Amino acid sequence: MNNALGKLDRPNSYIGRSVTRPNAKRLLAGKGRYVTDMKLPRMLHAAFVRSPYAHAKIMSIDISAAAAMPGVHLVATGADLAKLCKPWVGTLDHFRGMKSSPQLPLAIDKVVWAGQAVVAVVAQSRALAEDAAELVEVAYEELGVVTDIDLARQEGSEIINPDLGTNLSFTLKVESGDVEAAFKDGAVEIEDVFHFGRHTAVTLEPRAIIADYNSSEEQLTVHHATQTPYQFQDLYSRYYGIAESRVRVVAPDIGGSFGMKLHVYHEDMAVVGLSMLTGRPVKYVADRMESFLSDIHARDHRVTSSMTADASGNILGMKVDDVTAIGAFSSFPRTSVVEGNQVVRLMGAPYRFRNYRGDLSVVFQNKVQTSQYRAVGHPIACSVTESLIDGIGRRLGLDPFEIRRRNIITQDMYPYTSPTGYKFERLSHEVCLDKLHAEMDYPRLLKQQEELRAKGVYRGIGIAMFVEITNPSPAFYGVGGARISSQDGAIVKITPSGEVQCLVSIGEHGQGTETIIGQIVAENLGVDRETVRVITGDTDVTPYGGANWACRGAGIGGETAFQAAKKLKQNVLAVAAAILQAKPSDLDIQNAQIVDAGTGNIRIALSEVARISYFRSDTLPDDVSPQLTVAHHYSPKGYPFAFTNGVQGCHVEVDVETGFVRLIDVWVVEDCGRIINPMLVNEQVRGGAIQGLGAALFEECRYGETGQLENGSLADYLVPMAYEMPDIKIFHVETPTRDTELGAKGCGEAGTAAASAAAMNAVNDAIAPLGAHVSQIPMTPQRLLRALGKV
Amino acid sequence: MKARAFKYFRTQSLEDALQAFDRAGGEGCYLAGGQSLVPSLSLRLQAPELLIDISRIESLTGISRSGNVLRVGALTRHAEMLTSPEIARHAPLLRRAAPFVAHPAIRNMGTFGGTIALADPSAEFPAMTLAMDAEFEIASLAGTRTTKADGFFRGLFETGLQPGEILTAINIPCFGNADRCVFDELARRRGDYALVGAGVQGNFAQDLVSTIRIAFLSVGSTPLRARHAEAAITGRALSADAISDAQAALGDDLDPEDNEETSATMRMHLARVLLGRLLGRLSQPDCMRQDEVT
Amino acid sequence: MNERVPIELEVNGEAVAKYVEPRLSLADFLREELELTGTHQGCEMGACGACLVLLNGKAVHSCLMFAVQAHGDHVETVEGLSQRKAIADIQQAFHNNNALQCGFCTAGMLVTAHELLSRNTTPTRHEIRDGLSGNYCRCTGYQAIVDSIVSVARSRAGNVDTPASPGERGTAS
Ligand SMILES: Cc1cc2nc3c(=O)[nH]c(=O)nc-3n(C[C@H](O)[C@H](O)[C@H](O)COP(=O)(O)OP(=O)(O)OC[C@H]3O[C@@H](n4cnc5c(N)ncnc54)[C@H](O)[C@@H]3O)c2cc1C
Ligand code: FES
Ligand code: FES
Repeated sequence: MNNALGKLDRPNSYIGRSVTRPNAKRLLAGKGRYVTDMKLPRMLHAAFVRSPYAHAKIMSIDISAAAAMPGVHLVATGADLAKLCKPWVGTLDHFRGMKSSPQLPLAIDKVVWAGQAVVAVVAQSRALAEDAAELVEVAYEELGVVTDIDLARQEGSEIINPDLGTNLSFTLKVESGDVEAAFKDGAVEIEDVFHFGRHTAVTLEPRAIIADYNSSEEQLTVHHATQTPYQFQDLYSRYYGIAESRVRVVAPDIGGSFGMKLHVYHEDMAVVGLSMLTGRPVKYVADRMESFLSDIHARDHRVTSSMTADASGNILGMKVDDVTAIGAFSSFPRTSVVEGNQVVRLMGAPYRFRNYRGDLSVVFQNKVQTSQYRAVGHPIACSVTESLIDGIGRRLGLDPFEIRRRNIITQDMYPYTSPTGYKFERLSHEVCLDKLHAEMDYPRLLKQQEELRAKGVYRGIGIAMFVEITNPSPAFYGVGGARISSQDGAIVKITPSGEVQCLVSIGEHGQGTETIIGQIVAENLGVDRETVRVITGDTDVTPYGGANWACRGAGIGGETAFQAAKKLKQNVLAVAAAILQAKPSDLDIQNAQIVDAGTGNIRIALSEVARISYFRSDTLPDDVSPQLTVAHHYSPKGYPFAFTNGVQGCHVEVDVETGFVRLIDVWVVEDCGRIINPMLVNEQVRGGAIQGLGAALFEECRYGETGQLENGSLADYLVPMAYEMPDIKIFHVETPTRDTELGAKGCGEAGTAAASAAAMNAVNDAIAPLGAHVSQIPMTPQRLLRALGKV
Repeated sequence: MKARAFKYFRTQSLEDALQAFDRAGGEGCYLAGGQSLVPSLSLRLQAPELLIDISRIESLTGISRSGNVLRVGALTRHAEMLTSPEIARHAPLLRRAAPFVAHPAIRNMGTFGGTIALADPSAEFPAMTLAMDAEFEIASLAGTRTTKADGFFRGLFETGLQPGEILTAINIPCFGNADRCVFDELARRRGDYALVGAGVQGNFAQDLVSTIRIAFLSVGSTPLRARHAEAAITGRALSADAISDAQAALGDDLDPEDNEETSATMRMHLARVLLGRLLGRLSQPDCMRQDEVT
Repeated sequence: MNERVPIELEVNGEAVAKYVEPRLSLADFLREELELTGTHQGCEMGACGACLVLLNGKAVHSCLMFAVQAHGDHVETVEGLSQRKAIADIQQAFHNNNALQCGFCTAGMLVTAHELLSRNTTPTRHEIRDGLSGNYCRCTGYQAIVDSIVSVARSRAGNVDTPASPGERGTAS
């Protein structure tokens, strides 16, 4: 264990404490500054003409009436922007054989999903831009629409990207052990087909961007609601041919992201070109209808899977066939196959069986792209595994806790490599499972369930174990050729008055990055955290780094700041030692005072050391040159990923007459390693779990046969709201990673990873006495009523 | 999502409003609470040239009783249905339905007249006017007229209001001592338009149903009365048999839309379940005392 | 028809006189003309609650009305409520409980909480969740928001809770 950490009795010990977020006060007063709020001098507004068809040829475009409208500055077509912007292709080298067609900001010859942007209008106000957009006339010739994942792969199907000659983007087979033999040996076998609806992130602040190109300096400044400023600096530079050092991306306050705000969007790319063409700042904020049509969607998988076990319930093997549809292109720069890849690799992750086969097929269709959204692939792998293991348990008369106990990877088995190649340093399944059992008072719930069933009330209890991927190393994207950094940077400096400024490459979107970095830096330096100011989100200011994706802020960003602060402390003590004519090792810093390490007696104030360093270095010995600014970069070196784990419990009541499900209780036990701030971890887990519960019961992008999104508004796409959602009880187990001194792993996706699985198991437990079963989310009243044979 | 340009006219006089509409030659549109109209304009589903704001017309406000009739001004906000003692006493069905109408802030603005004039088949109050046997007061340049709720809702978003007419008030027969009423709905989330909803108001002699009105929402292109179901239980006690007869009769009353997400079969099934539950509650003599308002 | 018309109203206690296009929503008016960007928009159709403000003391969606409709009215936004300290205790409770992450929903949540507590001084958790039924938050999962409103109701009633104090390691074990 990292003993220096977590001692809460030391002065300035913040790591492990639930401290509040200093930056939240500003947001509470209505003084946040989101891109949506920003106004630049001479700024213009963009709106887009979008395709009404899911698949059609563009025959002609007439922009004359729109261009002639007063207040309109520019009407640009795909051809206009193609002169400035290079096409991009959403593939990565390590997904061997993967295909996707080149993309440009606006469609030129044909449109491939309903809602694709075709023409851009730039005007003095958004309202005027929309007025003019209505005047643009585009003639289309409709093509056959591909929506169905099976038809898409059939001989003679309409091909969306004729240059590729197929609607199949990628296939993958992961195989380990002897699966066929395992299924031959097994005493029981369960097979099921699972459907996971398409859903989308629905951040409350939609996508927002202001591009400001200054031709006299050939400088592009982009104010961008994004998770990954440096990634976009690189892309805008390379695709628009602007020197990297002259592209500045600023990410101010961001109204939610969840993985949705790190992909390249056609409109966002277009806006850069529109600013270059008009020579003025151009703002684009997706309205909610546009968000549904153009933000990435996620999930949309059909998984056929079977599991086999011996008569005592030891799982012997698992087979998985995942077919996922990703839209007409693979998204860029992270591709649309990562989710499927993680689905087939995370299957069965908490359990110790060795025989596994996973097949993945990634299919193009005429819908908007899917890509990474919170808990990429996890909910799918978790739901399939956890449903099948429940099925095995039911067959053998083993309780859900018991069947899991017999199969989890135990403490004595680490380090452990899964059949799909994931390396687990150390997880805590047994402890988590026991904790959940105790905290949910499982025996009491079972008793109550039985009593209520006698009265015709159907309650169900479901549990789901999970393994989450966090702290990704370059093995994630870097090896595939993507310029997506897996390292992060921190610059920490002492100001002349002895305060601390810390610039980090990871960003703040409300998860509390600035707070935890402040905690880590303050504790390591020995100062009050109120005096630490953390700055994020500006490529001209903050150090280079990957920023926020795949759960890496605390684990990687935190470690970076940790090491930077330690280095800085050494530098401060070196100066102090010179001033005090003492040995650095005899000194320490507490409450911003340099003290004797042994006695704690104050020797000199940090502010005095800073004053002397900056203004009176002449009084220091010649060989002392104060370095009160330190920069440090860190990238994971040991395990390719830091896996976390946990288990969730869900208690529901199903109204078997109406198919309505009421969530009674949800429990989450999770282990994200070293916890820096329990309150913030709890909030990450809660928010994540609610997104999983939304997926379980409500969320689904519904398309008609012609490829039209039928519920693309916030009134029709049902997000989870306060009234239907339960309070969530959270418990922690801490197994720090030894790869870093801080020991933190990620926690942002744990909630989402297993919430829908636990809910599905709970619903199935509730309706099992009626002989009913569902294997599809969202579990809508109609699907439940059908399962129950009522309609 | 910005509305197309329009002109705006606000007046405190009913006469001025009617005339303004007339002058606009078919391009005018009344604006009351705006909670349905404004989003429809922002989505550019509608683009009138002139908006006539009637929300400040004094004569369209207020709740008053004369004799056995409660007059509810068209501008009465949904929120008032939850707080007005007159509504609670004389039109308790509205009080019971009100918590299900949208969310608190929308109820602060949305008006009773607006929801009736719009006649959304999934809205709660239009159906309730059928269950309460309400009557509508309507003004036009030609004068005023009244018309019964029965027969007013003609088709999808189509009512007996002629172009330019303003709904000024809703007259509701006061709730009597021997009356009982219940409301409930099945909505996916609180405040959503329901998959199915219903209000029932009946007059009881002892435990026998003397008269009863059952009105459904979300099961057709208009709010609907379930006349066959009503007939099945009139004159009877609300026994299990009677209730199941009423449920069976619904097949002749309702005409739910069929779509992939909510099939007609499912809506019919839910309507039957809901009716069974409502009549079960109504059969309790003390059902008006229970605080059913959730 | 893009002609501007004069309106006069009071916003956060200050008299405001402006010329606006009739089609300008109150939300856009507040945000763009008056630079009161504390009020947000997440849907422009009444479904998310990010745009709530007080109109003559009542919570309304500023996306569901045009600025011209507010002529002669009193509008108060999160900035005004903060300035006159009408919601200081709610803001403090939100801060203590971390009832916000990205903060984009927060102004709407505060307006709802403020109105709810003025209607019902002792709301149950269930009533609070009902009151919040039109306020979407993608980040928090709502629980901390409910906790905050409960704690404000208690402390306003004189049952002063020890402010949800930054706990020692929270529930960590
Ligand atoms: C997110 C959201 C959720 C909602 N959920 C529900 C719900 O669950 N149940 C429900 O019932 N409603 C719901 N509503 C609608 C709400 O109740 C509206 O307030 C109501 O439908 C219309 O009333 P209004 O006063 O706002 O009318 P407006 O929007 O002003 O007008 C609606 C229409 O009626 C006409 N009109 C208005 N008043 C009159 C009059 N006196 N005479 C003649 N014509 C008139 C207008 O010209 C317009 O065509 C919801 C609205 C929103 C935005
Ligand atoms: S912006 Fe007004 S409710 Fe969403
Ligand atoms: S805090 Fe982000 S939407 Fe509520």
